[in-house]
Amino acid sequence: MTEIPSLLYSEIEDDVRATLRGLLADRCSWNDVLTRVDTDEPYDDALWKAVGEDLGLAGLLVPEELGGAGGTAREVAVVLEELARAVAPVPYLASAVLAVGALLAAPEGPARDGALGALAAGAKVGTLAVPATTYGAPFPLTVTGAPDGDGLVLTGAVTSVLAADRADLLVVPVVVAGEPYLALVDGTAPGLTRGRITTLDATRPVGPVTLDGVPAAVVAGPDAAEAALRHALGLGAALLASEQLGVSERALEEAVNYLKVRHQFGRPIGSYQALRHRAADLWADIAAARATARYAAAAFADGSPDAEVAASLAQAYCGDVAVHAAEECVQMHGGIGFTWEHPAHLYLKRAMSLSLLLGTADRHRTVLGGLVDLPPA
Amino acid sequence: MPDNTSVGVVTAEEVRGRVRDLAAAHDPAGTDPVAFLGHRFDAGLAWVHFPVGCGGLGAPRALQQVVEQELAAAGAKPPNVYRNPIGLGMGAPTVAVHGTDEQRRRLLRPLWTGEEVWCQLFSEPGAGSDLAGLATRAVRDGDDWVVNGQKVWTSFAHKARWAMLLARTDPDLPKHQGLTYFFLDMTLPGVEVRPLRQATGQAEFNEVFLTDVRIPDAMRADEVGKGWAVSNTTLMNERVAIGGGAAPREGGAIAPVAKLWREHPEVRTGGLHDRVMRAWVEGEVARLANERIRQQLAAGKPGPEGSAAKISFARINQETTRLWLELTGEDGLAYDDWTMRRVDLGGSDGGRGPGYYYIRAKGNSIEGGTTEILRGVIADRVLELPREPRSDTKLPWKEIPR
Repeated sequence: MTEIPSLLYSEIEDDVRATLRGLLADRCSWNDVLTRVDTDEPYDDALWKAVGEDLGLAGLLVPEELGGAGGTAREVAVVLEELARAVAPVPYLASAVLAVGALLAAPEGPARDGALGALAAGAKVGTLAVPATTYGAPFPLTVTGAPDGDGLVLTGAVTSVLAADRADLLVVPVVVAGEPYLALVDGTAPGLTRGRITTLDATRPVGPVTLDGVPAAVVAGPDAAEAALRHALGLGAALLASEQLGVSERALEEAVNYLKVRHQFGRPIGSYQALRHRAADLWADIAAARATARYAAAAFADGSPDAEVAASLAQAYCGDVAVHAAEECVQMHGGIGFTWEHPAHLYLKRAMSLSLLLGTADRHRTVLGGLVDLPPA
Repeated sequence: MPDNTSVGVVTAEEVRGRVRDLAAAHDPAGTDPVAFLGHRFDAGLAWVHFPVGCGGLGAPRALQQVVEQELAAAGAKPPNVYRNPIGLGMGAPTVAVHGTDEQRRRLLRPLWTGEEVWCQLFSEPGAGSDLAGLATRAVRDGDDWVVNGQKVWTSFAHKARWAMLLARTDPDLPKHQGLTYFFLDMTLPGVEVRPLRQATGQAEFNEVFLTDVRIPDAMRADEVGKGWAVSNTTLMNERVAIGGGAAPREGGAIAPVAKLWREHPEVRTGGLHDRVMRAWVEGEVARLANERIRQQLAAGKPGPEGSAAKISFARINQETTRLWLELTGEDGLAYDDWTMRRVDLGGSDGGRGPGYYYIRAKGNSIEGGTTEILRGVIADRVLELPREPRSDTKLPWKEIPR
């Protein structure tokens, strides 16, 4: 076992947090988020421009020579904490983590480098065309490709792709003559159809992608495609824990604030032991989730051999903490917490959908059992 | 004692220099361990953040890491905290913060070397969670205080030379205001220590009976009536060794569970696999959480997470030892030995059967602050939730129903 890296926040990370939190306070109040849910425009493009382009956070993971900020998974984790706190309706996870993560793990080349540059600039939104709940599964077989000049022609379908309808660039796992590839598809390519389903978390749309003879560029061949996809999903799972941390913190804060002001039976309800102890337990669980999420981010930042263990550990723990925190936030608010006009349901829906993304806790415990030699029955 | 009181902020380089000087004068590997600890104290390298002359340099706490690293590099073994766990964890900071110069001079060096072991006389049969309700009386008589009462759950009382004693000096005042704190010499007449047998069959703890014990006023810590504040200094100091490394993965109660699971495929079921994985995850998460607390402390930014870690440890240890016992099946019906034994300083309770660890873990959520009290601490001090209404804090102590 290697030494445990720093699980604290660096000054740079604190700065990123402060800047982003300030922006989100201005531009992404829960009221803004809630209003958008009732419209047909689930993505806040102005906010995406401010976060991804103006603050340069879309390219945090991308090296400077490709137009990015040359940061690491540690800073991205802080960005995700803050975006989740605000339940921000921007495709950051799909674009800046999953699509960028897959491309970074692919071999250098003009298609890959050009796509990374566009994604880093925030000018384009990317996604990874896999079902958003995927983790630890065999390489997907639902899209096949045929050689066509230097590129491929793709046919098939993928369900539940994050930001499917918003993505300008799609990284698509495909099978060509029985071999795994990663292909890059332009959102405007002929034969490509994207949809959007009505989602449990309306701030994070997913939808189907169908491909009917779609031209695509190869970004990873059989020697690299599986590893690149695995890296992207591992990175996503590891960093999802920071979203779970952020939404947990926000849910607990809202609950605690309410416990201080709501009076029943002549006392603030926060003076009742039944509620004080539950709030304290949540705080304790969140403190542990913070250490675990930090470890997962650091493991990917450092390229640690323990990275896959760290990712599955984080997903086996932090998802349940977030759902529990959001559920408690609803319950501790009583009636008001069950109304549409109160933000508690936004945290609940984000937390619950997060627990399904990139493998449930149970799935990750199973994966972990394989990684640490604790085999099933 | 080197005089560097006029030096401004101590730097890492100065600390390194002091460690080099210490190692040059006293070979870390060849010197008697207790003697080496003494030299280390004299060099101000015991607790760098303590004042000069108290085993420290008045340096930033973060520099303690530098000391530990440099000493390790010089071939010194990390000092064993179990030589005097209560003294090092809680006694030393209390003496440093609240002690007189004379008390610091007398008490700290042998505490550090382990030549004088410490214990803590706080809990009483009638005052567990409600510590401020304690009844042990200290009555002023000339230059002495005459102490009568009974203390309980005292680790290492049978080995201790010194005790941190909290006693009631004014029963007419409200409970928190009538307390005073003393450093008690356990060899004084009237101090009687008896083993306390616990549910495991053994005796890790003691009862301490105090009968007309005469403590000189010079061994009072801080002012009369300030005992509650002093005891909070004691209790806020978590037993976290700065510079100590992180615990290893699978280092806790999960170790025998994982071993048994790997070596005995015949016990595996789907339900148990889920529980084993949950226990593994909880154990690893707690390890990382503890490491984060250690890093915060080492960076000079201690957080309130210690209470959370204690709650988690208790729960996880209880669940995991139960799982171990269940996994052992038929063997779990056996118990290795109910014979009453004392647990001595530095003694290990390793090598016992799962039944023992299952029973012992029940104490984890009671000792050192019950889980319920710690939740209250987090609710009050971290979340700043409104307090529960109380009727006992303003009354004179003697009028509180008991």
